[in-house]
Amino acid sequence: MRMRTVEISVGAFVLAGLIALVLLAIQVSGVSLTQSEQSYSITARFDDIAGLRPRAKVSMAGVTIGRVRDIAVDMEWGDAIVTMEIFGEPGSLTTDTGAKILTEGILGARYVGLLPGGDDEKLGAGDEITETQGALVLENLIGDFLTSLGD
Amino acid sequence: MRFLAWLEALGRAALLWVNAMRGLPRWSDVKLVGRQIYNVGFLSLIIIVLSAFSIGAVLALQFYTQLARFGAEDAVGLGLALVVLRELGPVVTALLFAGRAGSALTAEIGLMKTTEQLSSMEMMGVDPLHRIVAPRIWAGIISVPILTLIFNIVAIYGGALVAVDWLGADPGGFWSGMQDVVQLWEDLGKGMIKSVVFAVLVTWVAVFQGYDSPPTAEGMSMATTRTVVISSVLILAADFLLTLVLYGDF
Repeated sequence: MRMRTVEISVGAFVLAGLIALVLLAIQVSGVSLTQSEQSYSITARFDDIAGLRPRAKVSMAGVTIGRVRDIAVDMEWGDAIVTMEIFGEPGSLTTDTGAKILTEGILGARYVGLLPGGDDEKLGAGDEITETQGALVLENLIGDFLTSLGD
Repeated sequence: MRFLAWLEALGRAALLWVNAMRGLPRWSDVKLVGRQIYNVGFLSLIIIVLSAFSIGAVLALQFYTQLARFGAEDAVGLGLALVVLRELGPVVTALLFAGRAGSALTAEIGLMKTTEQLSSMEMMGVDPLHRIVAPRIWAGIISVPILTLIFNIVAIYGGALVAVDWLGADPGGFWSGMQDVVQLWEDLGKGMIKSVVFAVLVTWVAVFQGYDSPPTAEGMSMATTRTVVISSVLILAADFLLTLVLYGDF
């Protein structure tokens, strides 16, 4: 009988650990069990991304519609190539969609904001957004302001 | 001379660990390991759950009062989760484990040695390293990560209770802010790696101190104290090194 209590306790202990692991994964780190969501990737070139990071959100009208997957630099042109993963099937974004690097709040993280276009043609997987505007960097703004004061 | 003696002890400790862990795990040892998991793991649950709850509650209180000054109450959840998963969960669990179970291991093995149970086992042809030491090390390595998982979940829900239900933080911001930032491998996984390393360190120190203690009442009390002191210092030092290796961006 004594040995059974021990075994039941150990079993309950291990089970509690497993339940804690599942809860941590789902409730705390937000792993969704339906991860088979479809997505496609598009790229965009920016002159300055100023602290945009992989996994940052891509949003349109304030709603998250994708994530930044990869960031690379083109040494020849001196601009940044951002690869974004957009949830859903291709065909929802027009070819003249604009992309901007924005900041959430004053100290918040950088994200990519997409502006809807009016073109009939749609962006397919792997296409590039051409209408882009890089991040506003405070130092550059102040620099521009000071030069304009000097004129 | 002191250094040589220290080096010799380190060598003995390493040999003890290698000899005990050689050829294991064997299936016939499952029952022994289970018994030890009950002793060091299951019986440590109460102290782990109580500490986790208080720590989660205190963290939520501190985060909330400070972050509310910036209007950033939504960051309470992610701050709490990151601090608990990356640092406090593994470290505090290991420290409590060293105090609650490590000292008991040392005392148990020390007493077995003092009362010459270990040498009588050897005479019967039973290797005390396999029969006594190895199951305890395995039980520690299995129990500490489980205890850490339980610590994490209790601390986070304790914090949620204080921040959301008591102080009135927005539950949506609390949980979604946490889920946006916390990553399964980066935060939980690396925290669990820490926890396994701490488990090896604590059980190793505890078992060695017991096995190596002078067979006197005074020697045993010193060995028990040393177990808690050495393993606590080792945990904190290892935590710094592990954080450097796991999270250091270089």
